Amino acid sequence: MATKSLKKLGNNLAQSNKQLEILSNGIFKSGKLPTFKDKISETSQFPIKAKKLEILQINVGYMCNQVCDHCHVDAGPDRKEIMTRDTMRQCLEVIKNSGAHTLDLTGGAPEMNPDFRWFVEEASKVGITDFIVRSNLTIIRANKKYYDLPEFFKKHNVHVVSSMPHWTRGKTDKQRGDGVFDKSIKALQELNAVGYGMPGSDLRLDLVYNPSGAFLPGDQVAMEKDFKKALMDDFGIEFHNLFAITNLPIARFLDYLIASENYEDYMYSLVEAYNPAAVENVMCTNTLSISWDGYLFDCDFNQMLELPVNSKSRHISEFNEELLEGRNIVISQHCYGCTAGAGSSCQGVVA
Amino acid sequence: MSKPYYDAADLRKFGKITEWSEELGTKFFDYYGKVFEEGALTAREKSLIALAVAHTEQCPYCIDAYTKDTLQRGITKEQMMEAIHVGAAIKSGATLVHGVQMMNKVNKLDG
Ligand code: SF4
Ligand code: SF4
Repeated sequence: MATKSLKKLGNNLAQSNKQLEILSNGIFKSGKLPTFKDKISETSQFPIKAKKLEILQINVGYMCNQVCDHCHVDAGPDRKEIMTRDTMRQCLEVIKNSGAHTLDLTGGAPEMNPDFRWFVEEASKVGITDFIVRSNLTIIRANKKYYDLPEFFKKHNVHVVSSMPHWTRGKTDKQRGDGVFDKSIKALQELNAVGYGMPGSDLRLDLVYNPSGAFLPGDQVAMEKDFKKALMDDFGIEFHNLFAITNLPIARFLDYLIASENYEDYMYSLVEAYNPAAVENVMCTNTLSISWDGYLFDCDFNQMLELPVNSKSRHISEFNEELLEGRNIVISQHCYGCTAGAGSSCQGVVA
Repeated sequence: MSKPYYDAADLRKFGKITEWSEELGTKFFDYYGKVFEEGALTAREKSLIALAVAHTEQCPYCIDAYTKDTLQRGITKEQMMEAIHVGAAIKSGATLVHGVQMMNKVNKLDG
Protein backbone atom coordinates (compact mmCIF):
# COMPACT_ATOMS: atom_id res chain seq x y z
CA MET A 1 0.00 0.00 0.00
CA ALA A 2 1.09 3.56 -0.71
CA THR A 3 2.44 5.75 2.06
CA LYS A 4 2.58 9.03 0.15
CA SER A 5 0.13 10.91 -2.04
CA LEU A 6 0.79 11.22 -5.78
CA LYS A 7 1.20 14.92 -5.13
CA LYS A 8 3.99 14.33 -2.62
CA LEU A 9 5.63 11.82 -4.96
CA GLY A 10 5.63 14.41 -7.74
CA ASN A 11 3.67 11.97 -9.91
CA ASN A 12 2.40 13.46 -13.17
CA LEU A 13 -1.10 12.30 -12.38
CA ALA A 14 -1.24 14.61 -9.37
CA GLN A 15 -1.96 17.26 -11.99
CA SER A 16 -5.61 17.35 -12.92
CA ASN A 17 -4.92 18.46 -16.49
CA LYS A 18 -2.79 15.35 -17.07
CA GLN A 19 -5.67 13.20 -15.88
CA LEU A 20 -8.10 14.99 -18.17
CA GLU A 21 -5.68 14.55 -21.04
CA ILE A 22 -5.58 10.80 -20.53
CA LEU A 23 -9.37 10.67 -20.28
CA SER A 24 -9.74 12.54 -23.57
CA ASN A 25 -7.02 10.86 -25.62
CA GLY A 26 -6.35 7.24 -26.58
CA ILE A 27 -9.43 5.07 -27.01
CA PHE A 28 -11.75 8.07 -26.82
CA LYS A 29 -9.86 10.18 -29.30
CA SER A 30 -9.48 7.34 -31.80
CA GLY A 31 -13.22 6.72 -31.61
CA LYS A 32 -12.87 3.15 -30.31
CA LEU A 33 -15.15 4.23 -27.50
CA PRO A 34 -17.67 7.08 -27.63
CA THR A 35 -17.01 10.09 -25.43
CA PHE A 36 -19.46 10.59 -22.57
CA LYS A 37 -20.89 13.57 -24.38
CA ASP A 38 -21.58 11.53 -27.52
CA LYS A 39 -23.04 8.70 -25.49
CA ILE A 40 -25.55 10.80 -23.58
CA SER A 41 -26.36 12.69 -26.78
CA GLU A 42 -27.60 9.40 -28.29
CA THR A 43 -30.52 9.56 -25.88
CA SER A 44 -30.81 13.38 -26.02
CA GLN A 45 -29.55 13.71 -22.47
CA PHE A 46 -26.86 16.27 -23.26
CA PRO A 47 -26.33 18.68 -21.61
CA ILE A 48 -26.97 17.41 -18.09
CA LYS A 49 -28.58 20.23 -16.17
CA ALA A 50 -28.54 20.90 -12.45
CA LYS A 51 -31.95 20.65 -10.82
CA LYS A 52 -32.92 22.04 -7.46
CA LEU A 53 -30.11 21.92 -4.91
CA GLU A 54 -30.69 19.22 -2.29
CA ILE A 55 -27.28 18.22 -1.05
CA LEU A 56 -24.28 20.32 -0.10
CA GLN A 57 -21.12 18.26 0.06
CA ILE A 58 -18.27 20.05 1.75
CA ASN A 59 -14.72 18.77 1.50
CA VAL A 60 -13.03 20.12 4.62
CA GLY A 61 -9.55 19.03 3.56
CA TYR A 62 -7.46 16.42 1.79
CA MET A 63 -5.51 15.34 4.87
CA CYS A 64 -6.12 11.74 5.88
CA ASN A 65 -4.66 9.20 8.30
CA GLN A 66 -4.80 6.61 5.51
CA VAL A 67 -3.35 6.45 2.02
CA CYS A 68 -5.72 4.04 0.31
CA ASP A 69 -4.55 2.69 -3.02
CA HIS A 70 -7.56 3.86 -4.98
CA CYS A 71 -8.37 7.17 -3.35
CA HIS A 72 -9.93 9.60 -5.83
CA VAL A 73 -8.90 12.50 -3.58
CA ASP A 74 -5.23 11.48 -3.51
CA ALA A 75 -5.57 12.07 0.23
CA GLY A 76 -2.95 11.31 2.84
CA PRO A 77 -1.10 12.59 5.90
CA ASP A 78 1.11 14.72 3.65
CA ARG A 79 -1.76 16.76 2.15
CA LYS A 80 -1.94 20.21 3.66
CA GLU A 81 -5.10 21.56 2.00
CA ILE A 82 -7.41 22.25 4.95
CA MET A 83 -10.55 24.37 5.18
CA THR A 84 -10.19 27.40 7.46
CA ARG A 85 -12.76 28.54 9.99
CA ASP A 86 -13.43 31.60 7.85
CA THR A 87 -14.46 29.48 4.88
CA MET A 88 -16.53 27.32 7.26
CA ARG A 89 -18.34 30.46 8.38
CA GLN A 90 -19.17 31.24 4.77
CA CYS A 91 -20.42 27.68 4.33
CA LEU A 92 -22.65 28.05 7.38
CA GLU A 93 -24.24 31.14 5.86
CA VAL A 94 -24.98 29.23 2.70
CA ILE A 95 -26.38 26.25 4.60
CA LYS A 96 -28.72 28.56 6.52
CA ASN A 97 -30.02 30.25 3.43
CA SER A 98 -30.09 27.44 0.89
CA GLY A 99 -32.87 24.96 0.26
CA ALA A 100 -30.54 21.98 0.71
CA HIS A 101 -31.86 19.35 3.10
CA THR A 102 -28.64 17.35 3.34
CA LEU A 103 -25.19 18.40 4.45
CA ASP A 104 -22.40 15.96 3.69
CA LEU A 105 -18.93 16.48 5.17
CA THR A 106 -16.11 14.65 3.51
CA GLY A 107 -12.33 14.75 3.05
CA GLY A 108 -9.66 13.22 3.45
CA ALA A 109 -10.56 12.41 7.00
CA PRO A 110 -12.80 15.36 7.93
CA GLU A 111 -12.12 14.75 11.61
CA MET A 112 -8.48 15.80 11.10
CA ASN A 113 -9.44 19.37 10.33
CA PRO A 114 -8.67 21.26 13.58
CA ASP A 115 -11.99 23.12 13.30
CA PHE A 116 -14.02 20.02 12.52
CA ARG A 117 -15.80 19.85 15.87
CA TRP A 118 -16.55 23.53 15.90
CA PHE A 119 -18.02 23.24 12.41
CA VAL A 120 -20.18 20.22 13.32
CA GLU A 121 -21.48 21.98 16.42
CA GLU A 122 -22.39 25.10 14.47
CA ALA A 123 -23.84 23.24 11.50
CA SER A 124 -26.00 21.01 13.68
CA LYS A 125 -27.74 24.13 15.00
CA VAL A 126 -28.90 25.12 11.54
CA GLY A 127 -31.56 22.44 11.45
CA ILE A 128 -30.52 20.43 8.43
CA THR A 129 -32.58 17.23 7.92
CA ASP A 130 -29.73 14.86 7.19
CA PHE A 131 -26.26 15.69 8.45
CA ILE A 132 -23.71 13.24 7.08
CA VAL A 133 -20.09 12.84 8.08
CA ARG A 134 -17.99 10.49 5.94
CA SER A 135 -15.75 8.81 8.46
CA ASN A 136 -13.16 6.27 7.44
CA LEU A 137 -13.59 4.38 10.77
CA THR A 138 -9.88 3.91 11.49
CA ILE A 139 -9.64 7.57 12.48
CA ILE A 140 -11.74 6.73 15.54
CA ARG A 141 -8.94 4.40 16.66
CA ALA A 142 -6.02 6.42 15.26
CA ASN A 143 -5.34 8.55 18.30
CA LYS A 144 -6.75 9.02 21.80
CA LYS A 145 -8.12 12.42 20.87
CA TYR A 146 -10.53 10.74 18.47
CA TYR A 147 -11.74 7.98 20.81
CA ASP A 148 -14.84 9.95 21.80
CA LEU A 149 -15.97 10.54 18.20
CA PRO A 150 -18.90 8.07 18.44
CA GLU A 151 -20.27 10.02 21.42
CA PHE A 152 -19.59 13.31 19.66
CA PHE A 153 -21.43 12.16 16.52
CA LYS A 154 -24.32 10.97 18.64
CA LYS A 155 -24.57 14.26 20.50
CA HIS A 156 -25.02 16.12 17.23
CA ASN A 157 -27.19 13.49 15.61
CA VAL A 158 -24.72 13.01 12.80
CA HIS A 159 -25.43 10.38 10.15
CA VAL A 160 -22.23 8.35 9.88
CA VAL A 161 -21.26 6.95 6.48
CA SER A 162 -18.14 4.81 6.51
CA SER A 163 -16.17 2.92 3.94
CA MET A 164 -15.67 -0.80 4.36
CA PRO A 165 -14.09 -2.45 1.33
CA HIS A 166 -14.91 -6.02 2.30
CA TRP A 167 -16.08 -8.22 5.12
CA THR A 168 -12.79 -10.10 5.15
CA ARG A 169 -9.50 -8.91 6.57
CA GLY A 170 -7.42 -9.85 3.52
CA LYS A 171 -9.36 -7.85 0.96
CA THR A 172 -9.77 -4.86 3.25
CA ASP A 173 -6.13 -4.55 4.22
CA LYS A 174 -4.98 -5.04 0.63
CA GLN A 175 -6.88 -1.92 -0.43
CA ARG A 176 -6.56 0.24 2.64
CA GLY A 177 -3.45 -0.90 4.46
CA ASP A 178 -2.39 -3.37 7.15
CA GLY A 179 -4.44 -3.30 10.30
CA VAL A 180 -7.28 -1.30 8.74
CA PHE A 181 -9.73 -4.18 9.00
CA ASP A 182 -9.25 -4.80 12.73
CA LYS A 183 -9.42 -1.09 13.51
CA SER A 184 -12.54 -0.66 11.41
CA ILE A 185 -14.25 -3.57 13.16
CA LYS A 186 -13.41 -2.09 16.53
CA ALA A 187 -14.72 1.32 15.44
CA LEU A 188 -17.96 -0.22 14.16
CA GLN A 189 -18.45 -2.04 17.46
CA GLU A 190 -17.96 1.24 19.31
CA LEU A 191 -20.48 2.97 17.07
CA ASN A 192 -22.93 0.13 17.72
CA ALA A 193 -22.31 0.46 21.45
CA VAL A 194 -23.59 4.04 21.52
CA GLY A 195 -26.59 3.08 19.39
CA TYR A 196 -25.36 3.65 15.83
CA GLY A 197 -26.63 1.27 13.17
CA MET A 198 -28.90 -0.68 15.51
CA PRO A 199 -32.23 -1.87 14.07
CA GLY A 200 -34.81 0.90 14.45
CA SER A 201 -32.23 3.38 15.75
CA ASP A 202 -32.35 6.99 14.53
CA LEU A 203 -28.57 7.08 14.72
CA ARG A 204 -27.86 6.17 11.11
CA LEU A 205 -24.80 4.16 10.24
CA ASP A 206 -24.34 3.26 6.58
CA LEU A 207 -21.41 1.58 4.93
CA VAL A 208 -19.84 2.30 1.57
CA TYR A 209 -18.43 -0.52 -0.50
CA ASN A 210 -16.21 0.13 -3.48
CA PRO A 211 -14.37 -2.61 -5.38
CA SER A 212 -10.77 -3.36 -4.46
CA GLY A 213 -9.61 -3.45 -8.08
CA ALA A 214 -10.40 -2.93 -11.74
CA PHE A 215 -13.93 -4.28 -11.66
CA LEU A 216 -17.39 -2.87 -11.07
CA PRO A 217 -19.41 -3.28 -7.89
CA GLY A 218 -21.96 -6.10 -7.80
CA ASP A 219 -25.63 -5.74 -7.05
CA GLN A 220 -26.08 -3.44 -4.05
CA VAL A 221 -28.88 -5.44 -2.46
CA ALA A 222 -26.99 -8.73 -2.70
CA MET A 223 -23.79 -7.13 -1.39
CA GLU A 224 -25.66 -5.62 1.54
CA LYS A 225 -27.04 -9.04 2.42
CA ASP A 226 -23.57 -10.59 2.33
CA PHE A 227 -22.01 -7.77 4.36
CA LYS A 228 -24.77 -7.92 6.97
CA LYS A 229 -24.53 -11.64 7.40
CA ALA A 230 -20.74 -11.73 7.59
CA LEU A 231 -20.34 -8.76 9.94
CA MET A 232 -23.08 -10.10 12.22
CA ASP A 233 -21.86 -13.72 12.25
CA ASP A 234 -18.20 -12.86 12.72
CA PHE A 235 -18.32 -9.74 14.88
CA GLY A 236 -21.91 -9.10 16.01
CA ILE A 237 -21.92 -5.82 14.06
CA GLU A 238 -25.10 -4.07 12.87
CA PHE A 239 -25.44 -1.32 10.29
CA HIS A 240 -28.30 0.15 8.28
CA ASN A 241 -27.56 0.30 4.55
CA LEU A 242 -24.75 -0.48 2.19
CA PHE A 243 -23.96 1.88 -0.68
CA ALA A 244 -22.14 0.20 -3.56
CA ILE A 245 -20.00 2.80 -5.32
CA THR A 246 -18.12 2.50 -8.60
CA ASN A 247 -14.49 3.64 -8.63
CA LEU A 248 -14.07 6.57 -10.99
CA PRO A 249 -10.96 6.65 -13.17
CA ILE A 250 -9.26 9.63 -11.55
CA ALA A 251 -6.31 10.31 -9.23
CA ARG A 252 -4.83 7.22 -7.54
CA PHE A 253 -7.38 4.86 -9.09
CA LEU A 254 -6.45 6.14 -12.55
CA ASP A 255 -2.78 5.73 -11.68
CA TYR A 256 -3.47 2.16 -10.57
CA LEU A 257 -5.48 1.39 -13.74
CA ILE A 258 -2.67 2.58 -15.95
CA ALA A 259 0.15 0.96 -13.98
CA SER A 260 -1.68 -2.39 -13.90
CA GLU A 261 -2.58 -2.14 -17.61
CA ASN A 262 -6.26 -2.25 -16.79
CA TYR A 263 -7.19 1.21 -17.99
CA GLU A 264 -8.63 0.30 -21.40
CA ASP A 265 -10.50 -2.76 -20.18
CA TYR A 266 -11.92 -0.80 -17.29
CA MET A 267 -13.17 1.97 -19.58
CA TYR A 268 -14.72 -0.68 -21.83
CA SER A 269 -16.51 -2.18 -18.81
CA LEU A 270 -17.84 1.23 -17.82
CA VAL A 271 -19.05 2.03 -21.31
CA GLU A 272 -20.57 -1.43 -21.79
CA ALA A 273 -22.46 -1.05 -18.51
CA TYR A 274 -23.70 2.44 -19.49
CA ASN A 275 -27.30 2.89 -18.38
CA PRO A 276 -29.19 5.92 -19.72
CA ALA A 277 -31.67 5.68 -16.83
CA ALA A 278 -28.83 6.40 -14.40
CA VAL A 279 -28.01 9.63 -16.24
CA GLU A 280 -31.32 11.11 -15.05
CA ASN A 281 -30.21 10.91 -11.44
CA VAL A 282 -26.45 11.39 -11.41
CA MET A 283 -25.63 13.16 -8.19
CA CYS A 284 -24.45 16.40 -9.78
CA THR A 285 -28.08 17.07 -10.66
CA ASN A 286 -28.96 17.79 -7.02
CA THR A 287 -25.60 18.22 -5.30
CA LEU A 288 -22.98 20.92 -5.05
CA SER A 289 -19.47 20.21 -3.91
CA ILE A 290 -17.44 22.83 -2.04
CA SER A 291 -13.68 22.54 -1.85
CA TRP A 292 -11.46 23.28 1.15
CA ASP A 293 -10.76 26.75 -0.26
CA GLY A 294 -14.42 27.52 -0.92
CA TYR A 295 -14.76 26.90 -4.65
CA LEU A 296 -17.88 25.30 -6.10
CA PHE A 297 -17.94 22.13 -8.19
CA ASP A 298 -20.58 19.85 -9.68
CA CYS A 299 -19.27 16.95 -7.61
CA ASP A 300 -16.28 15.83 -5.54
CA PHE A 301 -14.78 14.19 -8.64
CA ASN A 302 -14.90 17.38 -10.67
CA GLN A 303 -13.34 19.10 -7.68
CA MET A 304 -10.37 16.74 -7.87
CA LEU A 305 -10.14 17.31 -11.63
CA GLU A 306 -10.34 21.06 -10.98
CA LEU A 307 -13.30 21.44 -13.32
CA PRO A 308 -15.15 24.43 -11.84
CA VAL A 309 -18.92 24.89 -12.05
CA ASN A 310 -20.16 26.41 -15.25
CA SER A 311 -21.71 29.46 -13.58
CA LYS A 312 -20.94 33.01 -12.61
CA SER A 313 -21.31 31.89 -9.01
CA ARG A 314 -18.02 30.02 -8.56
CA HIS A 315 -17.06 30.57 -4.96
CA ILE A 316 -18.86 30.19 -1.66
CA SER A 317 -18.43 33.95 -1.09
CA GLU A 318 -20.57 34.64 -4.16
CA PHE A 319 -22.97 31.74 -3.74
CA ASN A 320 -26.16 32.26 -5.70
CA GLU A 321 -28.58 29.34 -5.71
CA GLU A 322 -30.72 30.76 -8.52
CA LEU A 323 -27.73 31.24 -10.77
CA LEU A 324 -26.49 27.74 -10.07
CA GLU A 325 -29.80 26.01 -10.70
CA GLY A 326 -30.15 24.93 -14.31
CA ARG A 327 -26.42 25.24 -15.00
CA ASN A 328 -24.88 22.83 -17.47
CA ILE A 329 -22.85 20.15 -15.72
CA VAL A 330 -19.19 19.92 -16.72
CA ILE A 331 -18.51 16.39 -17.95
CA SER A 332 -15.69 14.19 -19.16
CA GLN A 333 -15.12 10.48 -19.57
CA HIS A 334 -14.83 9.89 -15.80
CA CYS A 335 -18.61 10.46 -15.72
CA TYR A 336 -19.08 6.95 -17.12
CA GLY A 337 -18.36 5.83 -13.55
CA CYS A 338 -21.65 7.40 -12.42
CA THR A 339 -23.79 5.76 -15.09
CA ALA A 340 -22.57 2.16 -15.13
CA GLY A 341 -25.15 -0.49 -14.26
CA ALA A 342 -27.50 0.75 -11.58
CA GLY A 343 -25.47 3.96 -11.45
CA SER A 344 -23.30 5.24 -8.65
CA SER A 345 -23.34 8.23 -6.33
CA CYS A 346 -22.19 9.02 -2.81
CA GLN A 347 -25.52 7.50 -1.71
CA GLY A 348 -25.06 4.33 -3.75
CA VAL A 349 -27.09 3.27 -6.77
CA VAL A 350 -29.35 5.78 -8.52
CA ALA A 351 -31.32 3.72 -11.04
CA MET B 1 3.39 -13.57 -38.85
CA SER B 2 2.16 -15.71 -36.02
CA LYS B 3 -1.00 -14.67 -34.27
CA PRO B 4 -2.31 -16.27 -31.11
CA TYR B 5 -5.46 -18.34 -31.51
CA TYR B 6 -7.08 -16.56 -28.60
CA ASP B 7 -7.32 -12.77 -28.29
CA ALA B 8 -8.76 -11.41 -25.03
CA ALA B 9 -10.36 -8.53 -26.92
CA ASP B 10 -12.44 -11.04 -28.93
CA LEU B 11 -14.64 -11.62 -25.91
CA ARG B 12 -16.13 -8.17 -26.47
CA LYS B 13 -17.14 -9.27 -29.96
CA PHE B 14 -19.06 -12.30 -28.70
CA GLY B 15 -22.37 -10.54 -29.39
CA LYS B 16 -21.49 -10.36 -33.08
CA ILE B 17 -22.24 -14.06 -33.59
CA THR B 18 -25.87 -13.02 -34.05
CA GLU B 19 -24.88 -11.16 -37.20
CA TRP B 20 -24.43 -14.39 -39.15
CA SER B 21 -27.37 -16.20 -37.64
CA GLU B 22 -29.70 -13.78 -36.05
CA GLU B 23 -32.43 -16.05 -34.76
CA LEU B 24 -30.20 -18.69 -33.22
CA GLY B 25 -27.80 -16.13 -31.82
CA THR B 26 -30.56 -14.10 -30.21
CA LYS B 27 -32.20 -17.21 -28.78
CA PHE B 28 -28.88 -18.28 -27.32
CA PHE B 29 -28.22 -14.93 -25.63
CA ASP B 30 -31.77 -14.77 -24.28
CA TYR B 31 -31.36 -18.24 -22.86
CA TYR B 32 -27.92 -17.42 -21.48
CA GLY B 33 -29.19 -14.29 -19.75
CA LYS B 34 -32.12 -16.16 -18.27
CA VAL B 35 -29.92 -18.96 -16.93
CA PHE B 36 -27.89 -16.53 -14.86
CA GLU B 37 -30.82 -14.71 -13.33
CA GLU B 38 -31.59 -15.14 -9.66
CA GLY B 39 -33.70 -18.33 -9.41
CA ALA B 40 -33.80 -21.38 -7.18
CA LEU B 41 -30.06 -20.77 -7.08
CA THR B 42 -28.69 -17.31 -6.30
CA ALA B 43 -26.85 -15.38 -9.00
CA ARG B 44 -23.80 -15.72 -6.78
CA GLU B 45 -24.01 -19.52 -6.67
CA LYS B 46 -24.45 -19.62 -10.44
CA SER B 47 -21.41 -17.42 -10.89
CA LEU B 48 -19.26 -19.83 -8.87
CA ILE B 49 -20.55 -22.83 -10.81
CA ALA B 50 -19.76 -20.97 -14.04
CA LEU B 51 -16.25 -20.25 -12.81
CA ALA B 52 -15.63 -23.91 -12.03
CA VAL B 53 -17.06 -25.08 -15.36
CA ALA B 54 -15.09 -22.39 -17.21
CA HIS B 55 -11.99 -24.13 -15.92
CA THR B 56 -13.04 -27.68 -16.67
CA GLU B 57 -13.96 -26.47 -20.17
CA GLN B 58 -10.65 -24.60 -20.21
CA CYS B 59 -12.22 -21.67 -21.99
CA PRO B 60 -10.00 -18.61 -21.54
CA TYR B 61 -12.84 -16.22 -22.37
CA CYS B 62 -15.12 -17.76 -19.75
CA ILE B 63 -12.30 -17.76 -17.21
CA ASP B 64 -11.74 -14.02 -17.75
CA ALA B 65 -15.44 -13.29 -17.65
CA TYR B 66 -16.30 -15.30 -14.55
CA THR B 67 -13.21 -14.32 -12.60
CA LYS B 68 -14.38 -10.74 -13.01
CA ASP B 69 -17.98 -11.65 -12.31
CA THR B 70 -17.16 -13.47 -9.08
CA LEU B 71 -14.90 -10.60 -7.96
CA GLN B 72 -17.75 -8.19 -8.58
CA ARG B 73 -19.96 -10.26 -6.35
CA GLY B 74 -17.48 -9.94 -3.50
CA ILE B 75 -16.41 -13.59 -3.73
CA THR B 76 -12.95 -14.08 -2.24
CA LYS B 77 -10.01 -15.67 -4.01
CA GLU B 78 -10.08 -18.55 -1.53
CA GLN B 79 -13.69 -19.27 -2.51
CA MET B 80 -12.80 -19.05 -6.19
CA MET B 81 -9.94 -21.49 -5.81
CA GLU B 82 -12.13 -23.93 -3.88
CA ALA B 83 -14.71 -23.78 -6.64
CA ILE B 84 -12.05 -24.66 -9.20
CA HIS B 85 -10.95 -27.58 -7.05
CA VAL B 86 -14.51 -28.87 -7.14
CA GLY B 87 -14.28 -28.82 -10.94
CA ALA B 88 -10.84 -30.41 -10.87
CA ALA B 89 -11.97 -33.11 -8.45
CA ILE B 90 -14.85 -34.07 -10.71
CA LYS B 91 -12.50 -34.07 -13.70
CA SER B 92 -9.95 -36.31 -12.02
CA GLY B 93 -12.68 -38.44 -10.50
CA ALA B 94 -14.18 -38.88 -13.94
CA THR B 95 -10.78 -39.98 -15.24
CA LEU B 96 -10.07 -42.32 -12.39
CA VAL B 97 -13.48 -43.93 -12.22
CA HIS B 98 -12.79 -45.19 -15.73
CA GLY B 99 -10.01 -47.12 -14.12
CA VAL B 100 -12.71 -49.59 -13.16
CA GLN B 101 -13.40 -50.15 -16.82
CA MET B 102 -9.72 -50.83 -17.35
CA MET B 103 -9.69 -53.23 -14.42
CA ASN B 104 -12.77 -55.02 -15.74
CA LYS B 105 -11.14 -55.44 -19.12
CA VAL B 106 -7.84 -56.65 -17.68
CA ASN B 107 -9.68 -59.15 -15.52
CA LYS B 108 -11.60 -60.42 -18.53
CA LEU B 109 -8.63 -60.67 -20.89
CA ASP B 110 -5.99 -61.72 -18.46
CA GLY B 111 -8.05 -63.62 -15.93
S1 SF4 C 1 -10.16 6.71 0.39
FE1 SF4 C 1 -10.87 7.90 2.17
S2 SF4 C 1 -9.77 6.95 3.88
FE2 SF4 C 1 -8.70 6.34 2.03
S3 SF4 C 1 -7.07 7.84 1.71
FE3 SF4 C 1 -8.86 8.54 0.54
S4 SF4 C 1 -9.93 9.89 1.91
FE4 SF4 C 1 -8.54 8.71 3.18
S1 SF4 D 1 -18.58 12.55 -12.32
FE1 SF4 D 1 -19.60 14.32 -11.39
S2 SF4 D 1 -20.18 15.53 -13.15
FE2 SF4 D 1 -19.78 13.53 -13.95
S3 SF4 D 1 -21.80 12.49 -13.91
FE3 SF4 D 1 -20.73 12.01 -12.01
S4 SF4 D 1 -21.49 13.49 -10.56
FE4 SF4 D 1 -21.94 14.29 -12.60
